[in-house]
Amino acid sequence: MSGASLYLGLGVLLWLLGLHGLLRLRHPLRRIMAINLMGSGTFMVMVALASRSGHNDPVLQALVVTGLVVAVSATAFALRLAVAHQAHRSRQRPTGEHEE
Amino acid sequence: MPATELLLDITLGVLLLILAGAALHGTRLYTGIISFIAFGLLLALVWARLGAPDLALAEAAIGAGLTGVLLLSALGRHADEPAQPGSAVRTLATLLLGVLVLILLLRAVLPLAQGPQPLPALVNSQLEASGVSHPVTAVLLNFRAWDTLLELLVLLLAVLGVRQLQPAGRPRPGVWPLLQAWSRILAPLSVIIGGYLLWRGSHAPGGAFQAGALLAAGVVMLRLAGLLPLLRWENGLLRLLVLVGVALFLTVAAAGAWFGAGWLNYPAHWSGALIVLIEVAATLSIAASLSLLVVGERQELGR
Repeated sequence: MSGASLYLGLGVLLWLLGLHGLLRLRHPLRRIMAINLMGSGTFMVMVALASRSGHNDPVLQALVVTGLVVAVSATAFALRLAVAHQAHRSRQRPTGEHEE
Repeated sequence: MPATELLLDITLGVLLLILAGAALHGTRLYTGIISFIAFGLLLALVWARLGAPDLALAEAAIGAGLTGVLLLSALGRHADEPAQPGSAVRTLATLLLGVLVLILLLRAVLPLAQGPQPLPALVNSQLEASGVSHPVTAVLLNFRAWDTLLELLVLLLAVLGVRQLQPAGRPRPGVWPLLQAWSRILAPLSVIIGGYLLWRGSHAPGGAFQAGALLAAGVVMLRLAGLLPLLRWENGLLRLLVLVGVALFLTVAAAGAWFGAGWLNYPAHWSGALIVLIEVAATLSIAASLSLLVVGERQELGR
Protein backbone atom coordinates (compact mmCIF):
# COMPACT_ATOMS: atom_id res chain seq x y z
CA MET A 1 0.00 0.00 0.00
CA SER A 2 1.67 3.21 -1.11
CA GLY A 3 1.53 6.62 0.58
CA ALA A 4 -0.89 8.03 -1.98
CA SER A 5 -3.54 5.36 -1.46
CA LEU A 6 -3.10 5.61 2.32
CA TYR A 7 -3.95 9.31 2.15
CA LEU A 8 -6.78 8.65 -0.31
CA GLY A 9 -8.38 6.37 2.30
CA LEU A 10 -7.69 8.89 5.06
CA GLY A 11 -9.37 11.64 3.04
CA VAL A 12 -12.47 9.49 2.55
CA LEU A 13 -12.53 8.70 6.29
CA LEU A 14 -12.25 12.39 7.22
CA TRP A 15 -15.06 13.25 4.80
CA LEU A 16 -17.27 10.59 6.39
CA LEU A 17 -16.44 11.80 9.90
CA GLY A 18 -17.44 15.31 8.86
CA LEU A 19 -20.69 14.06 7.33
CA HIS A 20 -21.48 12.20 10.53
CA GLY A 21 -20.85 15.35 12.58
CA LEU A 22 -22.95 17.47 10.25
CA LEU A 23 -25.91 15.09 10.50
CA ARG A 24 -25.78 14.19 14.17
CA LEU A 25 -24.51 17.22 16.07
CA ARG A 26 -26.80 20.13 16.92
CA HIS A 27 -24.54 22.99 17.93
CA PRO A 28 -23.86 25.37 15.00
CA LEU A 29 -20.14 25.72 15.73
CA ARG A 30 -19.70 21.95 15.76
CA ARG A 31 -21.56 21.69 12.48
CA ILE A 32 -19.37 24.36 10.87
CA MET A 33 -16.29 22.47 12.04
CA ALA A 34 -17.82 19.28 10.60
CA ILE A 35 -18.27 20.92 7.19
CA ASN A 36 -14.65 22.05 7.34
CA LEU A 37 -13.60 18.47 8.09
CA MET A 38 -15.49 17.32 4.99
CA GLY A 39 -13.64 19.99 2.99
CA SER A 40 -10.28 18.87 4.39
CA GLY A 41 -11.10 15.27 3.43
CA THR A 42 -11.90 16.34 -0.13
CA PHE A 43 -8.68 18.38 -0.34
CA MET A 44 -6.73 15.37 0.92
CA VAL A 45 -8.17 13.12 -1.80
CA MET A 46 -7.24 15.75 -4.41
CA VAL A 47 -3.69 16.27 -3.14
CA ALA A 48 -3.13 12.52 -2.80
CA LEU A 49 -4.27 12.13 -6.42
CA ALA A 50 -1.92 14.96 -7.40
CA SER A 51 1.07 13.04 -6.02
CA ARG A 52 0.02 9.60 -7.26
CA SER A 53 2.74 8.93 -9.83
CA GLY A 54 5.78 10.54 -8.28
CA HIS A 55 5.69 13.94 -9.99
CA ASN A 56 3.23 16.46 -8.58
CA ASP A 57 0.24 17.66 -10.52
CA PRO A 58 0.25 21.49 -10.25
CA VAL A 59 -3.33 21.80 -11.55
CA LEU A 60 -4.88 19.87 -8.66
CA GLN A 61 -2.64 21.64 -6.13
CA ALA A 62 -3.65 25.05 -7.50
CA LEU A 63 -7.31 24.06 -7.28
CA VAL A 64 -6.85 23.18 -3.61
CA VAL A 65 -5.07 26.51 -2.89
CA THR A 66 -8.10 28.27 -4.38
CA GLY A 67 -10.40 25.98 -2.42
CA LEU A 68 -8.73 26.86 0.89
CA VAL A 69 -9.39 30.58 0.48
CA VAL A 70 -12.99 29.93 -0.59
CA ALA A 71 -13.44 27.61 2.42
CA VAL A 72 -12.21 30.21 4.91
CA SER A 73 -14.48 32.89 3.34
CA ALA A 74 -17.49 30.58 3.60
CA THR A 75 -16.55 29.63 7.18
CA ALA A 76 -16.27 33.28 8.22
CA PHE A 77 -19.68 34.05 6.72
CA ALA A 78 -21.27 30.95 8.25
CA LEU A 79 -19.91 31.81 11.69
CA ARG A 80 -21.30 35.34 11.46
CA LEU A 81 -24.67 33.91 10.42
CA ALA A 82 -24.59 31.53 13.40
CA VAL A 83 -23.77 34.38 15.78
CA ALA A 84 -26.53 36.57 14.29
CA HIS A 85 -29.00 33.69 14.61
CA GLN A 86 -28.04 33.17 18.22
CA ALA A 87 -28.50 36.88 18.98
CA HIS A 88 -31.86 36.86 17.19
CA ARG A 89 -33.09 33.84 19.13
CA SER A 90 -32.04 35.21 22.52
CA ARG A 91 -33.90 38.44 21.65
CA GLN A 92 -37.00 36.54 20.52
CA ARG A 93 -37.29 34.09 23.36
CA PRO A 94 -38.55 36.40 26.15
CA THR A 95 -41.24 38.02 23.93
CA GLY A 96 -42.32 34.62 22.59
CA GLU A 97 -42.91 33.34 26.11
CA HIS A 98 -44.78 36.51 26.93
CA GLU A 99 -47.22 35.97 24.07
CA GLU A 100 -47.88 32.43 25.17
CA MET B 1 8.54 2.76 0.13
CA PRO B 2 10.66 2.53 3.31
CA ALA B 3 8.97 1.31 6.46
CA THR B 4 9.89 4.45 8.45
CA GLU B 5 8.08 6.70 6.00
CA LEU B 6 5.02 4.47 6.13
CA LEU B 7 5.19 4.60 9.92
CA LEU B 8 5.26 8.41 9.83
CA ASP B 9 2.31 8.50 7.42
CA ILE B 10 0.26 6.11 9.56
CA THR B 11 1.07 8.06 12.74
CA LEU B 12 0.04 11.33 11.10
CA GLY B 13 -3.16 9.73 9.83
CA VAL B 14 -4.15 8.29 13.21
CA LEU B 15 -3.39 11.62 14.93
CA LEU B 16 -5.53 13.46 12.37
CA LEU B 17 -8.46 11.11 12.91
CA ILE B 18 -8.19 11.41 16.71
CA LEU B 19 -8.06 15.23 16.52
CA ALA B 20 -11.00 15.32 14.08
CA GLY B 21 -13.00 13.11 16.44
CA ALA B 22 -12.08 15.33 19.39
CA ALA B 23 -13.11 18.45 17.43
CA LEU B 24 -16.58 16.99 16.94
CA HIS B 25 -17.06 15.11 20.20
CA GLY B 26 -14.79 16.86 22.73
CA THR B 27 -16.71 17.28 25.97
CA ARG B 28 -16.43 21.07 25.95
CA LEU B 29 -16.78 23.22 22.85
CA TYR B 30 -13.52 24.99 23.74
CA THR B 31 -11.64 21.67 23.70
CA GLY B 32 -13.20 20.88 20.34
CA ILE B 33 -12.02 24.17 18.81
CA ILE B 34 -8.47 23.75 20.13
CA SER B 35 -8.42 20.21 18.66
CA PHE B 36 -9.60 21.66 15.35
CA ILE B 37 -6.73 24.19 15.33
CA ALA B 38 -4.23 21.40 16.06
CA PHE B 39 -5.87 19.40 13.27
CA GLY B 40 -5.17 22.27 10.84
CA LEU B 41 -1.50 22.40 11.83
CA LEU B 42 -1.07 18.65 11.37
CA LEU B 43 -2.85 18.91 8.03
CA ALA B 44 -0.16 21.40 6.94
CA LEU B 45 2.41 18.70 7.76
CA VAL B 46 0.48 16.20 5.62
CA TRP B 47 0.49 18.62 2.66
CA ALA B 48 4.26 18.94 3.04
CA ARG B 49 4.56 15.12 3.10
CA LEU B 50 2.50 14.89 -0.08
CA GLY B 51 4.83 17.27 -1.89
CA ALA B 52 2.62 20.37 -1.86
CA PRO B 53 4.59 23.11 -0.02
CA ASP B 54 2.32 25.85 -1.43
CA LEU B 55 -0.60 24.22 0.30
CA ALA B 56 1.30 23.61 3.52
CA LEU B 57 2.09 27.34 3.76
CA ALA B 58 -1.50 28.34 2.98
CA GLU B 59 -2.98 25.80 5.40
CA ALA B 60 -0.73 26.83 8.28
CA ALA B 61 -1.69 30.50 7.87
CA ILE B 62 -5.34 30.20 6.79
CA GLY B 63 -6.59 26.82 7.95
CA ALA B 64 -4.98 26.74 11.35
CA GLY B 65 -4.43 30.43 12.16
CA LEU B 66 -7.30 32.51 10.83
CA THR B 67 -10.00 29.82 11.13
CA GLY B 68 -8.93 29.29 14.74
CA VAL B 69 -9.34 33.00 15.56
CA LEU B 70 -12.73 33.00 13.81
CA LEU B 71 -13.98 29.97 15.76
CA LEU B 72 -12.73 31.26 19.11
CA SER B 73 -14.31 34.68 18.62
CA ALA B 74 -17.60 33.02 17.62
CA LEU B 75 -17.36 30.84 20.74
CA GLY B 76 -17.18 33.98 22.89
CA ARG B 77 -20.63 35.00 21.66
CA HIS B 78 -22.31 31.62 21.89
CA ALA B 79 -24.16 30.04 24.70
CA ASP B 80 -22.63 26.74 25.73
CA GLU B 81 -24.26 23.73 24.17
CA PRO B 82 -26.84 21.73 26.05
CA ALA B 83 -25.83 18.15 26.74
CA GLN B 84 -27.08 15.79 24.07
CA PRO B 85 -28.63 12.57 25.24
CA GLY B 86 -26.84 9.81 23.32
CA SER B 87 -28.94 7.02 21.89
CA ALA B 88 -27.29 3.64 21.42
CA VAL B 89 -29.60 2.62 18.56
CA ARG B 90 -28.80 5.77 16.60
CA THR B 91 -25.07 5.36 17.16
CA LEU B 92 -25.26 1.76 15.92
CA ALA B 93 -27.25 2.79 12.84
CA THR B 94 -24.77 5.62 12.13
CA LEU B 95 -21.86 3.19 12.42
CA LEU B 96 -23.46 0.65 10.06
CA LEU B 97 -24.36 3.29 7.51
CA GLY B 98 -20.90 4.85 7.84
CA VAL B 99 -19.15 1.55 7.08
CA LEU B 100 -21.39 0.99 4.05
CA VAL B 101 -20.73 4.48 2.65
CA LEU B 102 -17.01 4.08 3.39
CA ILE B 103 -16.83 0.86 1.36
CA LEU B 104 -18.72 2.46 -1.54
CA LEU B 105 -16.52 5.57 -1.57
CA LEU B 106 -13.28 3.59 -1.29
CA ARG B 107 -14.33 1.44 -4.23
CA ALA B 108 -14.89 4.63 -6.21
CA VAL B 109 -11.79 6.56 -5.13
CA LEU B 110 -8.98 3.99 -4.90
CA PRO B 111 -9.00 3.05 -8.63
CA LEU B 112 -8.41 6.74 -9.45
CA ALA B 113 -4.85 6.36 -8.16
CA GLN B 114 -4.03 4.08 -11.10
CA GLY B 115 -5.34 6.49 -13.73
CA PRO B 116 -3.08 8.26 -16.26
CA GLN B 117 -1.70 11.67 -15.31
CA PRO B 118 -1.28 13.79 -18.44
CA LEU B 119 -1.53 17.24 -16.82
CA PRO B 120 1.96 17.69 -15.27
CA ALA B 121 3.65 17.07 -18.62
CA LEU B 122 1.22 19.45 -20.33
CA VAL B 123 1.87 22.19 -17.77
CA ASN B 124 5.64 21.70 -18.00
CA SER B 125 5.56 21.93 -21.79
CA GLN B 126 3.72 25.27 -21.65
CA LEU B 127 5.61 26.66 -18.65
CA GLU B 128 7.99 28.71 -20.85
CA ALA B 129 5.07 30.68 -22.29
CA SER B 130 3.39 31.44 -18.95
CA GLY B 131 5.80 34.14 -17.76
CA VAL B 132 6.63 32.49 -14.41
CA SER B 133 8.73 29.44 -13.62
CA HIS B 134 6.78 27.92 -10.70
CA PRO B 135 4.12 25.56 -12.10
CA VAL B 136 1.51 26.14 -9.36
CA THR B 137 1.69 29.93 -9.81
CA ALA B 138 1.51 29.48 -13.58
CA VAL B 139 -1.68 27.43 -13.21
CA LEU B 140 -3.20 29.83 -10.67
CA LEU B 141 -2.58 33.06 -12.57
CA ASN B 142 -2.25 32.04 -16.18
CA PHE B 143 -3.64 28.67 -17.25
CA ARG B 144 -6.60 28.67 -14.87
CA ALA B 145 -6.83 32.39 -14.07
CA TRP B 146 -10.64 32.15 -14.06
CA ASP B 147 -10.44 30.20 -10.76
CA THR B 148 -8.40 32.91 -9.09
CA LEU B 149 -10.62 35.69 -10.41
CA LEU B 150 -13.76 33.96 -9.14
CA GLU B 151 -12.06 33.20 -5.84
CA LEU B 152 -11.33 36.90 -5.32
CA LEU B 153 -15.00 37.56 -6.11
CA VAL B 154 -16.11 34.99 -3.51
CA LEU B 155 -13.88 36.67 -0.93
CA LEU B 156 -15.43 40.05 -1.79
CA LEU B 157 -18.91 38.54 -1.56
CA ALA B 158 -18.13 37.12 1.90
CA VAL B 159 -16.97 40.56 3.12
CA LEU B 160 -20.14 42.18 1.74
CA GLY B 161 -22.28 39.45 3.32
CA VAL B 162 -20.65 39.88 6.73
CA ARG B 163 -21.15 43.63 6.38
CA GLN B 164 -24.88 43.13 5.77
CA LEU B 165 -25.21 41.14 9.00
CA GLN B 166 -24.09 44.13 11.08
CA PRO B 167 -22.31 42.07 13.71
CA ALA B 168 -22.96 43.20 17.24
CA GLY B 169 -20.13 45.21 18.74
CA ARG B 170 -18.77 43.59 21.87
CA PRO B 171 -16.24 44.98 24.30
CA ARG B 172 -12.99 43.15 23.84
CA PRO B 173 -11.40 41.59 26.90
CA GLY B 174 -8.54 43.52 28.46
CA VAL B 175 -5.26 43.31 26.59
CA TRP B 176 -2.55 41.19 28.05
CA PRO B 177 0.72 43.22 28.21
CA LEU B 178 2.83 40.32 26.97
CA LEU B 179 0.61 40.06 23.85
CA GLN B 180 1.28 43.74 23.08
CA ALA B 181 5.01 43.30 23.48
CA TRP B 182 5.10 40.19 21.35
CA SER B 183 2.91 41.56 18.59
CA ARG B 184 5.25 44.56 18.23
CA ILE B 185 7.96 42.06 17.32
CA LEU B 186 5.83 39.62 15.30
CA ALA B 187 3.93 42.13 13.14
CA PRO B 188 6.98 43.48 11.26
CA LEU B 189 8.11 39.88 10.80
CA SER B 190 4.77 38.97 9.21
CA VAL B 191 5.20 41.88 6.76
CA ILE B 192 8.73 40.79 5.85
CA ILE B 193 7.84 37.11 5.47
CA GLY B 194 4.67 37.98 3.55
CA GLY B 195 6.64 40.17 1.15
CA TYR B 196 9.25 37.46 0.73
CA LEU B 197 6.62 34.81 -0.04
CA LEU B 198 5.00 37.13 -2.59
CA TRP B 199 8.30 37.87 -4.32
CA ARG B 200 9.32 34.20 -4.28
CA GLY B 201 5.99 33.03 -5.68
CA SER B 202 7.01 33.48 -9.31
CA HIS B 203 9.74 30.85 -9.16
CA ALA B 204 9.24 28.77 -5.99
CA PRO B 205 6.45 27.76 -3.59
CA GLY B 206 4.69 30.82 -2.22
CA GLY B 207 2.51 33.49 -3.79
CA ALA B 208 -0.39 35.86 -3.34
CA PHE B 209 -2.59 33.69 -1.10
CA GLN B 210 0.07 32.72 1.39
CA ALA B 211 1.42 36.28 1.54
CA GLY B 212 -2.07 37.76 1.90
CA ALA B 213 -2.95 35.34 4.71
CA LEU B 214 0.27 36.17 6.58
CA LEU B 215 -0.33 39.92 6.28
CA ALA B 216 -3.90 39.40 7.50
CA ALA B 217 -2.57 37.43 10.48
CA GLY B 218 -0.31 40.36 11.34
CA VAL B 219 -3.22 42.83 11.11
CA VAL B 220 -5.47 40.58 13.23
CA MET B 221 -2.78 40.25 15.90
CA LEU B 222 -2.17 44.02 16.08
CA ARG B 223 -5.92 44.66 16.21
CA LEU B 224 -6.43 42.16 19.03
CA ALA B 225 -3.53 43.70 20.94
CA GLY B 226 -5.23 47.11 20.61
CA LEU B 227 -2.25 48.59 18.75
CA LEU B 228 -4.11 49.33 15.51
CA PRO B 229 -6.88 51.93 15.12
CA LEU B 230 -10.33 50.81 13.95
CA LEU B 231 -10.42 49.67 10.34
CA ARG B 232 -13.29 51.85 9.23
CA TRP B 233 -15.30 50.95 6.14
CA GLU B 234 -15.83 54.69 5.40
CA ASN B 235 -12.08 54.95 5.01
CA GLY B 236 -11.61 55.15 1.24
CA LEU B 237 -8.18 53.56 1.40
CA LEU B 238 -9.54 50.41 3.03
CA ARG B 239 -12.28 50.08 0.43
CA LEU B 240 -9.70 50.58 -2.30
CA LEU B 241 -7.54 47.83 -0.75
CA VAL B 242 -10.49 45.41 -0.63
CA LEU B 243 -11.42 46.13 -4.25
CA VAL B 244 -8.05 46.57 -5.95
CA GLY B 245 -7.44 42.85 -6.59
CA VAL B 246 -10.71 42.20 -8.39
CA ALA B 247 -10.59 45.57 -10.16
CA LEU B 248 -7.09 45.11 -11.55
CA PHE B 249 -7.74 41.50 -12.53
CA LEU B 250 -10.94 42.47 -14.38
CA THR B 251 -9.18 45.41 -16.08
CA VAL B 252 -6.40 43.16 -17.35
CA ALA B 253 -8.92 40.53 -18.50
CA ALA B 254 -11.12 43.09 -20.26
CA ALA B 255 -8.15 44.83 -21.88
CA GLY B 256 -7.01 41.44 -23.17
CA ALA B 257 -10.48 40.73 -24.51
CA TRP B 258 -10.71 44.09 -26.35
CA PHE B 259 -7.17 44.72 -27.59
CA GLY B 260 -5.36 41.41 -27.28
CA ALA B 261 -5.71 37.69 -27.68
CA GLY B 262 -8.86 37.29 -25.61
CA TRP B 263 -10.34 37.16 -22.12
CA LEU B 264 -7.54 36.44 -19.59
CA ASN B 265 -5.04 35.71 -22.38
CA TYR B 266 -1.98 37.79 -21.55
CA PRO B 267 0.23 39.15 -24.35
CA ALA B 268 3.34 36.98 -24.54
CA HIS B 269 6.01 39.56 -23.65
CA TRP B 270 4.06 41.09 -20.81
CA SER B 271 2.76 38.01 -19.07
CA GLY B 272 5.49 37.89 -16.41
CA ALA B 273 5.04 41.56 -15.43
CA LEU B 274 1.25 41.32 -15.55
CA ILE B 275 1.21 38.24 -13.31
CA VAL B 276 3.41 39.95 -10.72
CA LEU B 277 1.21 43.08 -10.84
CA ILE B 278 -1.97 41.02 -10.37
CA GLU B 279 -0.33 39.06 -7.55
CA VAL B 280 0.62 42.24 -5.67
CA ALA B 281 -2.92 43.62 -6.01
CA ALA B 282 -4.46 40.26 -5.05
CA THR B 283 -2.20 40.02 -1.97
CA LEU B 284 -3.36 43.43 -0.74
CA SER B 285 -7.02 42.56 -1.38
CA ILE B 286 -6.78 39.16 0.28
CA ALA B 287 -5.02 40.64 3.32
CA ALA B 288 -7.61 43.44 3.72
CA SER B 289 -10.62 41.16 3.13
CA LEU B 290 -9.43 38.40 5.46
CA SER B 291 -8.65 40.92 8.22
CA LEU B 292 -12.12 42.43 7.87
CA LEU B 293 -13.70 38.98 7.92
CA VAL B 294 -11.88 38.06 11.11
CA VAL B 295 -11.89 41.26 13.20
CA GLY B 296 -14.59 43.37 11.50
CA GLU B 297 -17.14 44.73 13.99
CA ARG B 298 -20.14 46.99 13.65
CA GLN B 299 -18.06 50.15 14.05
CA GLU B 300 -15.75 48.87 11.34
CA LEU B 301 -18.11 47.43 8.78
CA GLY B 302 -21.25 49.48 9.44
CA ARG B 303 -22.12 52.82 7.90
